[in-house]
Amino acid sequence: MNIHEYQAKELLQKFGVATTRGKVASSPEEAEQIAREIAPAEIVVKAQIHAGGRGKGTFANGFKGGVHLCKTPEEARETARKMLGQTLVTHQTGAAGRVVNKVLVAESAQIAREIYFAILLDRATAAPLIVASIEGGVEIEAVAVKSPEKIIRESIDPLAGLQPFQTRKLAKQLQFESSQLKSASKLFDGLYRAFVGLDCSMVEVNPLVVTPKGEVLALDAKFNFDDNALFRHPEVAAMRDIAEEDPREVEASRHGLNYIGLDGNIACLVNGAGLAMATMDIIKFYGGNPANFLDVGGGATEEQVTEAFKILIADKKVQAILVNIFGGIMRCDVIAQGIVNAAKTVHLSVPLVVRLEGTNVEKGERLLKESGVTLITADDLADAAQKAVEAASSKSQAGNPKSQASNPK
Amino acid sequence: MFIFALSDFVILSGLVIISSFVLPNMAVLVDKNTRLVVQGITGSAGGFHTRQCMDYGTNVVAGVTPGKGGQKFDDRVPVFDTVAEARAQTGCNVSMIFVPAAGAADSILEAVDAGVELVVCITEGIPVMDMMRVKAQIAGKKSRLIGPNCPGIITPGAAKIGIMPGYIHKEGNVGVISRSGTLTYEAVWQLTSRGLGQSTCIGIGGDPINGMSHLDAIRIFNDDPETEAMILIGEIGGSAEEEAASWIRDNCRKPVAAFIAGVAAPPGRRMGHAGAIVSGGKGTAAGKIDALRAAGIAVAETPATMADTLIARMKR
Repeated sequence: MNIHEYQAKELLQKFGVATTRGKVASSPEEAEQIAREIAPAEIVVKAQIHAGGRGKGTFANGFKGGVHLCKTPEEARETARKMLGQTLVTHQTGAAGRVVNKVLVAESAQIAREIYFAILLDRATAAPLIVASIEGGVEIEAVAVKSPEKIIRESIDPLAGLQPFQTRKLAKQLQFESSQLKSASKLFDGLYRAFVGLDCSMVEVNPLVVTPKGEVLALDAKFNFDDNALFRHPEVAAMRDIAEEDPREVEASRHGLNYIGLDGNIACLVNGAGLAMATMDIIKFYGGNPANFLDVGGGATEEQVTEAFKILIADKKVQAILVNIFGGIMRCDVIAQGIVNAAKTVHLSVPLVVRLEGTNVEKGERLLKESGVTLITADDLADAAQKAVEAASSKSQAGNPKSQASNPK
Repeated sequence: MFIFALSDFVILSGLVIISSFVLPNMAVLVDKNTRLVVQGITGSAGGFHTRQCMDYGTNVVAGVTPGKGGQKFDDRVPVFDTVAEARAQTGCNVSMIFVPAAGAADSILEAVDAGVELVVCITEGIPVMDMMRVKAQIAGKKSRLIGPNCPGIITPGAAKIGIMPGYIHKEGNVGVISRSGTLTYEAVWQLTSRGLGQSTCIGIGGDPINGMSHLDAIRIFNDDPETEAMILIGEIGGSAEEEAASWIRDNCRKPVAAFIAGVAAPPGRRMGHAGAIVSGGKGTAAGKIDALRAAGIAVAETPATMADTLIARMKR
């Protein structure tokens, strides 16, 4: 789950991490009001969308740039007016762009030095790891390639947590002056408490800045949360902005389905993340293109399977559907009943290829056969993938729905 | 001095008692001597799969559900409030966990604390931070952990501890190791359909932090005289497959075939920027496949050819 920049700022403040003054505004008047509180310092107005590249983006109304420096509260108000309700297109949004519903109005920090600082969960050591560099404000990947010696790593004991001496050691490695040691340590400690306290998989501050006066501030923070832990952080879950997400994924998550939308034309419904990935792989191998990743998981109900089907069918690009189930914890009859229910409520306009194996497979096959739902059965994974690729390509050539003969095993 | 000597004796005698439950045929972790306790036996998934395991022939000796101690599951299996009681009264030596995600990490620690030798956690969706703490707390302990978020472990014809459909397996000599549940079934079914049985199949689970690694499982199979060949199933993310590959190159003389899922997966959907740096270009399907091939492992081009790839490798 991603959150907006202004929400990240709120989280930083909550954990006592020093950052610039600023608040979110939904109207030009609100933006002006916030700017007055910050004045006479220079003000920055930033469009709030999840995609990167905002500064170099262009609004559909022709206004250039999603990040602007403003001298006066009036200027902040007029800048907010040009952004709010408008569509911002950046290199990450695609041509459709994103509608800007909120702007962040903040103090523009004077920068003497920029640092990169991140905390992440390192799989290899099963412990939190701090990754930092004096080369901040740029893409850290570029630093890793160009000057790997400038990347500092500090592993943290998962049970003991970040120790004060480690924060001092890091501060010295990042070339903070003795007078700045205390504020740097406090900032690192706050970030670590946020990382653990909010069940993050990563907290990245880029840049962490030192002002000419020697203040240490987190200028921009990116939080990645562990979806598995959201149940114990309702305040974080409430920060989700569904307007920023693929509507297919929003609908899927409403029904507890693990769905990722892709650009192809063969929809897949699979149980298990590994098999779902492998199903996408084999579709590609036989020259097709998957429309999605969908793992219905272990304990899916008939209703969830029916909803999953509706989401697949609603995707206009889809020319064929491939159901690949190897029942273990998931029972084939539950999947079959879900398919039958979906076929009753929505018109199935594309060919459906079904491959069932595993727990209760006979029961599942019998349910499908007796229901009279038109489908193509497959004997194994390769057969299923080939039939789906073939069905999708003949469907897209024909241009309209073709009736498929039922071919039970 | 006398006190020290006495406590030493108590510890030693404790070990002797525990060992008598475990030692025979531990090469493949579970077998006819397995005495299973199911944590979360009274839940719907726990109950359903406990019955499936019993039907397969697994010796289920106890269940644990706090607050339901004294009851009997299906009029047969005694239910206890704690794993410690179950262990003391039934000598259970393997645990299977179906406890919901919010309490599953605690259940793993409870089983380890009770001295259960092998803990198999089926539960999916456990917060990563919880597993990080579990991993640190159980380090150096005698218990082994398989999972979480895994199908479990099966020795065909002897014991099934998990949610895999039993009938797809066949007794034999191929060891199967996988991060994915259903993809494991796929590999096993391909093997069985071609007449190749399995010594043991271990689903190590798909979570970023888990118990037994690919490499741990490979070492066990390499030492097991019953295992003549292996299938290794991995997926994108992390570097466990690369580590296994380099160990196999140096230490393993048994034929190994592999499949890596996620060639077609869109990059960056789950991995943060900084994570990509730490792994230093590792974690991609292409990188893993290259590492495996460089170690002399036959890599299947599609998930439909896992068994055929192993058969071809065994003939070489």
